[in-house]
Amino acid sequence: MSQIFHHSTNIWSKVSILGALVFIGTLATVVVVISWSGYVTGQGVVVDQPVQFSHAHHVGSMGIDCRYCHTTVEESAFANIPPTKTCMNCHSQIWTNAPILEPVRASFRENRPLQWNRVHDLPDFVYFNHSIHVAKGVGCATCHGQVDRMPLMLQENSLQMRWCLECHRNPERFIRPRDQVFNMAYQRPADDPGLGERLKNEYKIADARQLTSCSTCHR
Amino acid sequence: MDLSAIRSRLASSEGRLYWRSLGELADTPQFREYLHREFPEQASQWNDPQGRRQFLKLMSASLALAGVGACTKQPIEKIVPYVRQPEEVVPGRPLFFATAIPFNGVAAPVLIESHEGRPTKVEGNPQHSASMGSTDAFTQASILTLYDPDRAKTLLYRGEVRGWGDFLTAVKNALADQKAKQGAGLRFLSETITSPSVGEQITLIQQQYPQAKWHQWDPVGRHGGRAVAQQAAGFAADPIYHFDKADIVVTLDADFFACGPASVRYARDFAARRREGVDAEGEGAAAKPMNRLYAIESTPSLTGAKADHRLPLRASEIEAAARALSGQGGGGSFSNAAAQKFLDVVVKDLQAHRGASLVIAGEYQPAAVHQLAHALNQSLGNVGTTVTYVPTSEVQPIDQLASLGDLAQALDAGQVDLLVVLGANPVFTAPADFKFGERIVKAKLAVAHTLFADETSTLCHWNVPEAHPLESWGDARAYDGTVTVMQPLIAPLYDGRTMAEVLSAFIDSQSGKSPHDLTKDYWTRAYGGQVAGWSITDPTGQTFKSPDSFWNHVLHDGWVPGTRGAEAGGRGMEAGKPAGSTASATAGGVAPTPTSNTQPPTSAPATAASGGLEIIFRPDPTIWDGRFANNGWLQELPKPLTKVTWDPTAWVSARLAQERNLREGDIIELTFRGNTAKLPVVIQPGHPEGAVTAFFGYGRGLTGRVGQAPEEVSREFNVYRLRTSDAMWFGSGLEISRTGQRYLVSRTQEHHLMEDRAPVRDANIEAFRKDPEVFAKYPFAEKPPRSLTLIPDWEFPTYKWGMTIDLTACTGCSTCIVACVSENNIPVVGKQQVANGREMHWIRVDHYYDGDPENANSISTFHQPVPCMQCENAPCELVCPVGATVHSAEGLNDMVYNRCVGTRYCSNNCPYKVRRFNFFLFQDWTTPSLEPLRNPDVTVRSRGVMEKCTYCVQRINYARIDAKRTDRKIKDGEVVPACAGACPADAIVFGDLNDPESRVSKLKKLERNYGVLEELNTRPRTTYLALLRNPHPELETPRGAASTHD
Repeated sequence: MSQIFHHSTNIWSKVSILGALVFIGTLATVVVVISWSGYVTGQGVVVDQPVQFSHAHHVGSMGIDCRYCHTTVEESAFANIPPTKTCMNCHSQIWTNAPILEPVRASFRENRPLQWNRVHDLPDFVYFNHSIHVAKGVGCATCHGQVDRMPLMLQENSLQMRWCLECHRNPERFIRPRDQVFNMAYQRPADDPGLGERLKNEYKIADARQLTSCSTCHR
Repeated sequence: MDLSAIRSRLASSEGRLYWRSLGELADTPQFREYLHREFPEQASQWNDPQGRRQFLKLMSASLALAGVGACTKQPIEKIVPYVRQPEEVVPGRPLFFATAIPFNGVAAPVLIESHEGRPTKVEGNPQHSASMGSTDAFTQASILTLYDPDRAKTLLYRGEVRGWGDFLTAVKNALADQKAKQGAGLRFLSETITSPSVGEQITLIQQQYPQAKWHQWDPVGRHGGRAVAQQAAGFAADPIYHFDKADIVVTLDADFFACGPASVRYARDFAARRREGVDAEGEGAAAKPMNRLYAIESTPSLTGAKADHRLPLRASEIEAAARALSGQGGGGSFSNAAAQKFLDVVVKDLQAHRGASLVIAGEYQPAAVHQLAHALNQSLGNVGTTVTYVPTSEVQPIDQLASLGDLAQALDAGQVDLLVVLGANPVFTAPADFKFGERIVKAKLAVAHTLFADETSTLCHWNVPEAHPLESWGDARAYDGTVTVMQPLIAPLYDGRTMAEVLSAFIDSQSGKSPHDLTKDYWTRAYGGQVAGWSITDPTGQTFKSPDSFWNHVLHDGWVPGTRGAEAGGRGMEAGKPAGSTASATAGGVAPTPTSNTQPPTSAPATAASGGLEIIFRPDPTIWDGRFANNGWLQELPKPLTKVTWDPTAWVSARLAQERNLREGDIIELTFRGNTAKLPVVIQPGHPEGAVTAFFGYGRGLTGRVGQAPEEVSREFNVYRLRTSDAMWFGSGLEISRTGQRYLVSRTQEHHLMEDRAPVRDANIEAFRKDPEVFAKYPFAEKPPRSLTLIPDWEFPTYKWGMTIDLTACTGCSTCIVACVSENNIPVVGKQQVANGREMHWIRVDHYYDGDPENANSISTFHQPVPCMQCENAPCELVCPVGATVHSAEGLNDMVYNRCVGTRYCSNNCPYKVRRFNFFLFQDWTTPSLEPLRNPDVTVRSRGVMEKCTYCVQRINYARIDAKRTDRKIKDGEVVPACAGACPADAIVFGDLNDPESRVSKLKKLERNYGVLEELNTRPRTTYLALLRNPHPELETPRGAASTHD
């Protein structure tokens, strides 16, 4: 009986197997790179807003505390986007005619809320709670970056689960003293390597098993 | 149905045999399919006729599209802050407001959870005597009605949209004629009203128009008992029963667990008293004697299911039974051979517990039975201890049947110029002989004020949309008279108006006032002592500082101090003689009082042969008189006892079914007094012979999309067609015939079966006292050694959540299911999907029988709520290929929706069958008005995802975060899952097992605590407290079905 396949088929089959592997590998790499990129995660992307609000100006230059506007950050899951009234506390006195603030004045005048575009948007099955993070010594800047240097708000981190887990597995590497939580420029003292461990005990931070239980964040 | 197979099965068994359905007893092929397949055969296929080729096409297309679909980016979401943020509002933290949701006019006091201004969940008001923190299923589900997209939305005149001003003008014009006639042509028709401010409005209207008449009609009301209570107390009164003081309770066709304005409180009191009789409180203490419940009833009810002894009698024989209890038996015989002995024992037991017993006549019985019950309580010395009377909460306690009859006559005579129907739906619910649909059109101008476009509103000229209670200012009284001032949780979603607002159009001095002003005015005046009947002081007895502080206090607490009716004992009443009536008792029976349901006197036992069958009318257990027909949660709630969803049924006994050759699902035609209706048949174990129970509420001609009868045949299911004014609750002379048609009845009774694995355990209290280990001797009770597993033991150092469910307390009312649906955003799947075994309820209430289905006396009934057991060694976790169900550090069996790919292995491996798979997109993602309904703390699941009970992990997390923020432990009782919070009987207890002082830890130490299927070494965190009953030694039937079978 004659051979069905020519001898060279061996080579072709090896090449195509290898080629398929390379193709799948490349495809997988491309998918992973895209899904980690700012295009998908929104990391580093400036989102258009109805008012060009500058954190750099209000926090960096004027030195307004985070909690002046984000009032509920210490007691609620949600950090509260300030009502128009909060803006008007000052802007009924200063910059009263600035064209850039017209949407704010219109909102106040017509009792129509401003509609901000969400910058930090977690998937709907994630239940993040600001208050507990703040209470346990996670600084604002740890997740949000140094907003006092951001003229326009952008998302500093990927907000992907693996990023969350970095801290949930090793909180001691990221936490800071409670009185430094709202300090944008806080730097860990280089001469105190045991600080994180100490704070973790002092603040009774749960162990990694609790912090990485699914229902801690998903429900 | 194969009765011979059942007989041989029963004959060959010894001891208790817990069975769910006749199919199980007969071991039918359909039953085996439900047993061995996770879902029945047709569930794995499409319902639509799809070919294989089409299926493959769809599959390949969806596979290709799935890859593309995964590439979508999250859309940009908006954050919309307030312009001026209210002081109290903290976004992300719900607020709770106290108000009341009237049901049949009587207030159900509630706290409403509100997320940034949108009400999402109903809880009971723990400070209020009528709630004690829990609610019934109707109240839980009322939040869905608020957001119902089918509600009446605009004011209509003959179908054309009009404004409120147009309506006011029309009323003014109509009233101009009435002024001259003193309102002789002005008629109002409402449901029962307990609102004091509306009561004042009625008085004001009657002052302006002395000839105007106010009619009331509730199809399920106190038709029999109202007048008798008045006679017994000496004033217009409501009886109040004190189950906490009653050692012996005898019901005469009374279903106090399921109906009546006080059912929530009564269930709590009864269960608390029962628990006191079972569990010793504290170390070394002895339990009180257990209370005992005798149910004499004409059709199986939740109260009968809970009873220690149950006597099924024909409805017409209940009066004779009551007579026998009062010693006027006259040696009559009953259709039930066991009756005489039963009644003798009850009499003996009642005599032995004078002053600590209680006889309750049901609202389904005529006045004569109520009189006998009152007289019995009087002669037993119960009045003043277990029975007291408070001034009625009703504004006008009138005989509603006579009142409606009056109106019907006036309509016929053309005397009605302006008819205002407030909330009632008489065209659907009035007795058939009133022919209300034909008569209402004779009103010259008719106004209907309704929540939905319905059978009545479509015949009225003006349709005014009604505001939902959660959109309304108003007030209402609870069963004991306590007033709740209702506050709106949200501005009316549509053009809804409150009843007070509509009535203010008829009152010159109130025209133009807002509902808020109307309510506040009234209560400010009441506070100032300007309204007769009120003397208001704050709970400490002081007067309030100002009217405003009074108003704020009342709104905050949800009840007005000092408005609870003063309790009084009744006056003497000669047994069998209607007090205050000229009619005298004769040997033949009690002459009906003029106000009573004019049931023919029936002291002689009904002769089954001559009268044919008896019909028994009952409101539907879930959609009630039809008012909840458009509520999907209640439609899909398996009706207690039958577990039928979405449809009404006619109950027959197994013997009657055999005689008439009826199978379940056959449609029968019922002919009664010349009227006919059709109903599908269900064979109900424990049903008295020679009678058929028919439930009214279905067959709606016009309501929303959910409630409207979907098919030609289901329009015939309107049982109101059979109900006549001389047979409001029962009557003889029913004829039934097979139509030959079959009907799909979606029944969950055979779903999620656990075969003969003793999920329910029960014993008599005596046996338990003798041998406290009795529950450990059941099959499947063996606990394997902890070492018998390859998986290392987990430590739970922080919290260790656990739950107990007390079967002795559980009444099977199913409120827990609706509470769970509301809290956890559980979708409604529809009738066909329920039939396919795809209902999504995370907690179910299993229902077992023991006894011989051919012998109604032998039937015992058991309820068992089954949520996820949160096994420590969870079988589901081992088989998930993607780690979508894993254990948390606190021992919860977490379900991670975002990881789930829908293999359903977990569900297949769950011995408790508590996992639910979202086969299709059951959740309504498109209707805008349903979006604000959802709990924002729980993921709204999509299709293809497994889901199950989480112990309300969102509430645990909320409490844990609150506690950790202040470095403290979660207190016992701080986390209450939705089911536990809603349970009227307080049967479900949740807490931390690491805390030896927690309530749940103490309950788990009781001897009657057991886990279901512990033999499998699953180590369930949810355990049960076994069911105990307290039968009378002389009546105690030998355990087990086989021995009672003759």
